[in-house]
Amino acid sequence: MTKIKHHLNDALLMAYSAGTLPEAFDLTVAAHLSMCDECRAAAESFDATGGALMDDLDTLDLSDDSFAATLRLIESAPTVSAPRKRTKGVLPAPVQDFIGGDLEAVRWRSIGMGVKQAIIPTAPNATARLLYIPAGCAVPDHGHRGTELTLVLQGAFQDETDRFGPGDIEVANEDLYHTPVADIGEDCICLAATDAPLRFRSLLPRLAQPFLRI
Amino acid sequence: MPDLQHQTALDWTDHIHRIRAQDQAAFKEVFAHFAPRVKAFLVKSGADLQMAEECTQEVMATVWTKAGMFDPSRASVSTWIFTIARNRKIDMLRKRRRPEPEDLFWGPEEEPLAEDAVVLQQETKRLAEAIRALPEKQRHLVEKAYFGDLSHTEIAEETGLPLGTIKSRIRLALDRLRHQLK
Repeated sequence: MTKIKHHLNDALLMAYSAGTLPEAFDLTVAAHLSMCDECRAAAESFDATGGALMDDLDTLDLSDDSFAATLRLIESAPTVSAPRKRTKGVLPAPVQDFIGGDLEAVRWRSIGMGVKQAIIPTAPNATARLLYIPAGCAVPDHGHRGTELTLVLQGAFQDETDRFGPGDIEVANEDLYHTPVADIGEDCICLAATDAPLRFRSLLPRLAQPFLRI
Repeated sequence: MPDLQHQTALDWTDHIHRIRAQDQAAFKEVFAHFAPRVKAFLVKSGADLQMAEECTQEVMATVWTKAGMFDPSRASVSTWIFTIARNRKIDMLRKRRRPEPEDLFWGPEEEPLAEDAVVLQQETKRLAEAIRALPEKQRHLVEKAYFGDLSHTEIAEETGLPLGTIKSRIRLALDRLRHQLK
């Protein structure tokens, strides 16, 4: 795999560790961490921060029966579920968990100009989708009201800021208007998460927006 | 030589290893120390007392059942239990498992290097001391980020936490693990 150049920022890593991100963002961060040990190490050091903070809290007593109740839970627990197998597919393990398989399980819907998408059902405060951009094609130029995370899973795209290859994640906010164009060599597959509707420049995608849930 | 405090952190690692071997006495000590902290964390992040009590029992039961996956070259016992508590909290709110990265863990054949574990435990201790020593205002912001009401857009892109050293130790542990998994 080519070297990952675009990483998550501290704010997102910390919020992921604290457990305060919307589910669609959790999914995208978890997918990037599956591909990027640099950010995984950073995320785990934020976990260490959480552990240190928890250590320092004023403790709260448990009910008298608590330890016995925990032992009963352990006894009645099903045998430990086996850890997930490492996958060789295009989609990272956490995405496969949501979709129930690799690319073959994705139900694409055309959104025009060759571009396809598949919404991944998550909690409603943010949206996650897989995007399929044929080689050389573009996603209509758009801006953002909130934050948009775009993780490349296959192929590459180029926009006004830089080129993004497999494992790279672009963090876009209000000040970025961009037109992502897929590399000519290969179709590009991305996982994108947004916490507010995108803002399209041209009328046609704007009209289609409510139907496409972009 | 590790001083007494470092020794304490290492002792918990040893407890988890004993729990792997079904040692109930070790589990009772881990429970006595950590369960009241887990409960405090859950209440502080918005759970009511009843929910926090039940959730804490589930978290501690997970400590027992997942003891085999604890990796002392990447996390202290506090860190590990924090992640279990955080995940359980989210699962209860969403009624669905929190998206987690691909699992990376040592198989039964190989274990992380003892030296890596010792250094990581010491670095975790140092980080805890550094967090305690943060200026009041900054510490308050970090606590707000972890215990509730600060969104990712309200967190500074550079948090100012001294995570450089611990991050490179974890990175090293991940490299060794990846090498072993090949």
